[in-house]
Amino acid sequence: MEQNHLLTYLLLTPIAGSLLILFLKEENPKLIRWLGFLISIAAFIISLFVYFGFDASAADFQFQDKILWIKSLNVSYFVGVDGISLLLILLTTFLTPLTLLSSWKAIEKKVKMFTFMMLFLETGMIGVFMSLDMFLFYIFWEAMLIPMYFIIGIWGGEQRIYASVKFFIYTMFGSLLMLVAIIWLAVYASGPLGSFTTNLLDLYKVGPSVPREIQSWMFFAFLLSFAIKVPIFPLHTWLPDAHVQAPTAGSVILAGVLLKMGTYGILRFCLPLFPQSAVYYAPFISMLAIVGIIYGALVAMVQPDMKKLVAYSSVAHLGFVVLGIFAMTEEAVQGAVIQMINHGLSTGALFLLVGVIYERTHSREIAYYGGIAKLIPVYCAVLMITSLSSIGLPGLNGFIGEFLILLGSFKSSVLNSWWFTVFAASGVIFAAVYLLWMYQRVVFGTVKNPELQNKLTDMTARELIVIVPILIFIVWIGIYPSTFLDMTRLSTEKILRSVGSFTLSLVK
Amino acid sequence: MYQNSTEIFQMMPFIIIGAGILLSIAVEMSIKKSELILPWFSILIFAVSAVISIAGIQQESVLFGGMIAAGGKAAIFNFIFNVGAALVVLNSVDYIKKYGTYYGEYYILVQSSVLGMMMMSGAKDIIMIFMGLELMSICFYVLAGINRKKFSANEASMKYFLLGAFATGFVIYGIALIYGTSATTKIDDIISGFNRLITNPLFVAGFIFLLIGFSFKIAAFPFHMWVPDVYQGSATTVTGLMSTTGKTAAFSVFIIILAAIFSTHSINKFTPYFAAIASLSMLYGSIVAISQDNVKRMLAYSSIAHAGYMAIGLAAGNISSESGIIFYLAAYTFMNIGAFGIVSIIEGENDTQLGISSYAGLGNRNPVLAAFMALFMFALAGIPPLAGFFGKYYVFIGAIEGGLTWLAVIGVISSVISVYFYLRVVVYMYFREPQEEIKIYSDNLSLSAVVVSGLLVIIFGLFPDTLLNLITSALIR
Repeated sequence: MEQNHLLTYLLLTPIAGSLLILFLKEENPKLIRWLGFLISIAAFIISLFVYFGFDASAADFQFQDKILWIKSLNVSYFVGVDGISLLLILLTTFLTPLTLLSSWKAIEKKVKMFTFMMLFLETGMIGVFMSLDMFLFYIFWEAMLIPMYFIIGIWGGEQRIYASVKFFIYTMFGSLLMLVAIIWLAVYASGPLGSFTTNLLDLYKVGPSVPREIQSWMFFAFLLSFAIKVPIFPLHTWLPDAHVQAPTAGSVILAGVLLKMGTYGILRFCLPLFPQSAVYYAPFISMLAIVGIIYGALVAMVQPDMKKLVAYSSVAHLGFVVLGIFAMTEEAVQGAVIQMINHGLSTGALFLLVGVIYERTHSREIAYYGGIAKLIPVYCAVLMITSLSSIGLPGLNGFIGEFLILLGSFKSSVLNSWWFTVFAASGVIFAAVYLLWMYQRVVFGTVKNPELQNKLTDMTARELIVIVPILIFIVWIGIYPSTFLDMTRLSTEKILRSVGSFTLSLVK
Repeated sequence: MYQNSTEIFQMMPFIIIGAGILLSIAVEMSIKKSELILPWFSILIFAVSAVISIAGIQQESVLFGGMIAAGGKAAIFNFIFNVGAALVVLNSVDYIKKYGTYYGEYYILVQSSVLGMMMMSGAKDIIMIFMGLELMSICFYVLAGINRKKFSANEASMKYFLLGAFATGFVIYGIALIYGTSATTKIDDIISGFNRLITNPLFVAGFIFLLIGFSFKIAAFPFHMWVPDVYQGSATTVTGLMSTTGKTAAFSVFIIILAAIFSTHSINKFTPYFAAIASLSMLYGSIVAISQDNVKRMLAYSSIAHAGYMAIGLAAGNISSESGIIFYLAAYTFMNIGAFGIVSIIEGENDTQLGISSYAGLGNRNPVLAAFMALFMFALAGIPPLAGFFGKYYVFIGAIEGGLTWLAVIGVISSVISVYFYLRVVVYMYFREPQEEIKIYSDNLSLSAVVVSGLLVIIFGLFPDTLLNLITSALIR
């Protein structure tokens, strides 16, 4: 296979840029902000090159790049993308410049360090999505914790220390057990493959032959790590804290990309590596997903804080994604992938919008607002579209994902019961309740709070530049999802084929 | 007697350090301004000895009538000792100036302790182990109390001496029993007869005594009682030396005497012993460190936990875990010397500014120091891609290959616990505002020691092959 270094350039651009920024003077925040923004735009442009060079009619990993890194352990720097990872990489490179731009006013102290951390984080996220070596994956997965920890801890709200430490330890607990499982698998692979290896493509061949009982342990070690990240109920307790305390840019990246790593991990590792266990435990995990959907929605409903409301809505939305993955039908998995993107866009936009008014009033209390439709009409229109997209209104992106997931889970032979779909569908209704109710209380009615008159101003040009690209994609996916579905079709089919034979054996 | 020129070459590190000690004594006696000469002279001999050791790694030869081996893994250990000691000396110059307590014997004692460590790691005879151990330990007892006007230093020295002597008793008793049952003190003979001897309960008893004696030296639970007080009471630079190179030397002895298990695949009868001290040390060290507000004491408990991680490798007893332990020791040495280096820079006179609150706001006041401290904390916590992570990774590979997955699981659980207190330092440095006015003394030399350690931690993390290839080439022959 021909070597192509495009992915490596993509990976190195943000980290090289972040090192460059370290040499700039703190006294000139404007230059740092611009440079950081331009670097992330450069990364986005490189990712577009990857997109246009990507061949959607091939199911294999493309743009593979492999360099032997640690010879004694047979670890390579080995990257490549398929449709799913490419889509998530695009989401990452798309959101990062927007978040950087959105924080030009919100982040005023330590601008240099902030920009450095954001770009460092971007490299980590891109690395997670393109690694084809378990070891490399693990390194990006962990290394990415450090910048996020600092972003929450330095620029966060009142409870930031508690939130950042909780985030760090929670995630680390899961991932270290995954590390043990990775090593176990690599040691096991040295039998059939003849050498200790963490190469994912080789491990795919070995995973299904792991003895059933041990495979279950492996499966849960991996799943725990991903489930904490997603988060699947009942492992979600770090999320509201982290989201609420993080600065807007941190919340957007956290919701938009970091949570997707969990679902991506399940799709990339849990299913193809341990198909028997994945099929066997699918109903159980889907049940947790359903609990998450309903629980997240109900808790979101009663939140007095807008940011917390959006945070809990993430638990519900990601529940859909998990349900879609474990339904293991083509529609459902395709829907899950598109729902990952949708959630990144809609929830990212919601966090941005909450940030917009928070910057002006320093309050996120729903009760503080009311009747702002008259004061800032443009903002309210944008918030409407975003909320409706999050609810899943036909014609906007959320609908496509949720519909495919519900359709797929209904037909699923793995779940083999339509009750899952029924309960999940109720989540859609709940979503309408909590978001529209929030919208009503914030936007409509009379202006009760006199402070709002002076403090609120409508969206600035910069804020619109941040939000409009997201809106374009919200509508694009809603109207013509094939652009994105076609990209991931073969990749999801390939993953499903690897579990397919075990699905059939279960049904018989 | 030594016609072979490589043998003379291999002998050079011992000769250089030995002659260096004598020369240093002469300098100290005859020159007034010896404090300007001795540190640089020490660094010079350590550097030369480290380079020669590494250069001679490919040939293994036995010197002094079968008493000491040079080259091979002994070369790597010598490298760790000498580089570690050189960094500590570099760090000491400013520290001693700060305290205003220069005693000429300080550098000489550091040199002598390194000679003792080199004797231990190359020993081919149990007597040699013992001599090396005593040379190192006695230097450490004195070094611990080198600030002789300070009460806590005296206490530390006394405690260390008494408990160290107790441990030595175990070692001696063990050696006696081993000699009694095997009729030899030559380690090669013991190894070749290992499978036969291991059926003799007296031999096993002797071996266990030996293991217990050295478990004191590596600061493993339940033989750790001296560690927190001694580490806290001693001068910070000395603590840096004891906790890293001293531990490495003790581990090198484990590797030597367990060679039969590591390289000839004899049954590891001692797995339960090592598994027990490993899991207890990891959990105890990590849990107790959480409640420490004194950074030195916190690092002392962390050192107990790290002894536990490395003991996992001893429990597994295969070639992966052996190279894992050696890698871990190197990584740990540089992480910890760096961390103690920063502690010594922050530390004020008379044991002030050792609490974690003195680190509050360091990220603003001194970004370079804070960045390096954060680096060492993340490395100690085992976050990739830093050296500490690879140490754990290799040891865990050894454990899983040896069928001790449960031990690796305990290892990761205690790693998660330990993340809390390592992060606590970072939290104070970056997320909190300073409570008190902190005066940081001029510290260019200390800082350069810290920077070198930091770079090594990063290099061993990004390119672990650099070190690992050396280790594997030394082990597999």
